[in-house]
Amino acid sequence: MALEEKDVRYVAELAHLELTDEEVKKFLPQLDSILQYMHKLNELDTGHVEPMAQVTYPAAENPSLRSDEPQPTFTRDEALANAPEQGGGCFKVPHVIEKE
Amino acid sequence: MIVTAPLESRECADFLGFRPRNNLSISMDLTTLTISEIQRLLSRREVSAEEVAGIHLERIAQQDQQVRAYLSVCPERALAQARKIDRQVAAGEPLGPLAGVPTAVKDVILTRGLRTTCASRILENYVAPYDATAVERLEAAGAVILGKTNCDEFAMGSSTENSGFFPTCNPHDLTRVPGGSSGGSAAAVAANLATVSLGSDTGGSIRQPAALCGIVGIMGTYGRVSRFGLVAFASSLDHIGPFGRTVRDVARVLRAIAGRDPKDSTSADVPVADYEATLDENLRGVKVGVPNEYFAGLSPEIGDNVQKGIDLLAKLGCSIVPISLPHTDYAIACYYIICTAEASSNLARYDGVRYGFRSPEPELHDMYRKTRDQGFGAEVKRRIMLGTHVLSSGYYDAYYLKAQKVRTLIARDFLEAFEAVDVIVTPTSPIPAFKLGERVDDPLQMYLADIYTVTASLAGIPGISVPCGRTKGEPRLPVGMQILAKHFGEARLLQVAHAFEEAGGFAIA
Repeated sequence: MALEEKDVRYVAELAHLELTDEEVKKFLPQLDSILQYMHKLNELDTGHVEPMAQVTYPAAENPSLRSDEPQPTFTRDEALANAPEQGGGCFKVPHVIEKE
Repeated sequence: MIVTAPLESRECADFLGFRPRNNLSISMDLTTLTISEIQRLLSRREVSAEEVAGIHLERIAQQDQQVRAYLSVCPERALAQARKIDRQVAAGEPLGPLAGVPTAVKDVILTRGLRTTCASRILENYVAPYDATAVERLEAAGAVILGKTNCDEFAMGSSTENSGFFPTCNPHDLTRVPGGSSGGSAAAVAANLATVSLGSDTGGSIRQPAALCGIVGIMGTYGRVSRFGLVAFASSLDHIGPFGRTVRDVARVLRAIAGRDPKDSTSADVPVADYEATLDENLRGVKVGVPNEYFAGLSPEIGDNVQKGIDLLAKLGCSIVPISLPHTDYAIACYYIICTAEASSNLARYDGVRYGFRSPEPELHDMYRKTRDQGFGAEVKRRIMLGTHVLSSGYYDAYYLKAQKVRTLIARDFLEAFEAVDVIVTPTSPIPAFKLGERVDDPLQMYLADIYTVTASLAGIPGISVPCGRTKGEPRLPVGMQILAKHFGEARLLQVAHAFEEAGGFAIA
């Protein structure tokens, strides 16, 4: 096994996931076997291949930019309607900056 | 808790005063009709759109306790739309191409004022503030939206067992999965709980459940249908597309939802053809490519049927051309690197701040971590972890960049093949519907079953799955045949699929 428990915890930290010990134990072999499988791509020489950065078929004339004009959008109430916590017309979050 | 669909719809159907007319002198079952049959009855005033909607809501109340295709039902919205159609009929106004058509929508597609959960606990109480463009276009064409269907959480899965709420059952055998991730949308149409439905397809999530449920499902070219209002999973792969019981129904829905949308910068400015106008053209001279890589090692229970399907296409005048798509074997690895990378990025937005579930922690970072750990299910976490890993410092080139290069090779395989053939025919899934619970603990095995569908997703080309008979053993389960075409070749796809259907291909034995 190439992947270790500490790698799983490190990636979970990067992804803002707090995994339980049980989850770490369950995911380790699963993630390891999937990543091993992905190494299959190394069989291919891709030295002279361009990465596919754009999926939209080149023949499709794609005016991907529209004019930048103000459009009607949500009211404040609509934007806040799904907030888990709100106050004073804002989203409320736990303390970010410590008080002096 | 999500209120189960049957309860909700029954209460609301009573509340809204819907009663099936006792004097309904029509012997046919309104829930088995095609779009044009419904519209013929409407325009002759033999039935009202309200009756059609009401009978579907009744049926959902009675039957969906077994199938569990719906996460929520919206009788008020359905009946209001149906009554609007009835007023148009009464006034002699022209009807839209989907007028009165009972439609289900996968719960990853936003519907204004209705809960849109993505089958995830983290969005359990999320009420969408706007309609997806596809939903807007459906309703503008007269469609009657009945409710929101179950799926794998955030469309991640191939069986609908990853739903955060409950699994959906295959209407052909309730002990089996309907496929996924759009399993609820496929099961609803297969069980006559909707005439058509919308699903989303990232690596096969429309085509595979269509195959496992014995119906038709199409994924258009990347950019054919606007994704505005589709909750993002993997943005370079996500599509919206329809399910139906006939090719003609699917053609009509696709035409209604396709086309440029300024709200989705990836939607293509390519004219939308009148797909129904070319459905009846004969297939003489159409070149059908059969890629050997898709048949090597295929079990006979699927392979025999698809071979018979190909034989039937030959009888219809197609020339069958053996072809090779040499990078097929690398598609699963390539796909799961790209889709998990994009998912880990897209799902970063679920932080418990602006919407969705929040774990009540006093410290910000604890709040993020606990919210995400408690809100996401196992498969979503696995994919976020994989995606974060393949994008992380030191691994990006080895995984993500490598996969993007392999994606170029896979797309190139198709472009070269389509210089010699008009369409490509393959199995949709290497296996028929499997037992609920049978594969949940082996994610890699689950991923490998997507082998025949992820290739078209990576290349950005359109694909359709059509029924192709049933397996021989008991129970006899639906088999699906996939047809692929070049970019924006939807009209050709639908034409071949329709001729196949007309020639009895769906019931091939």
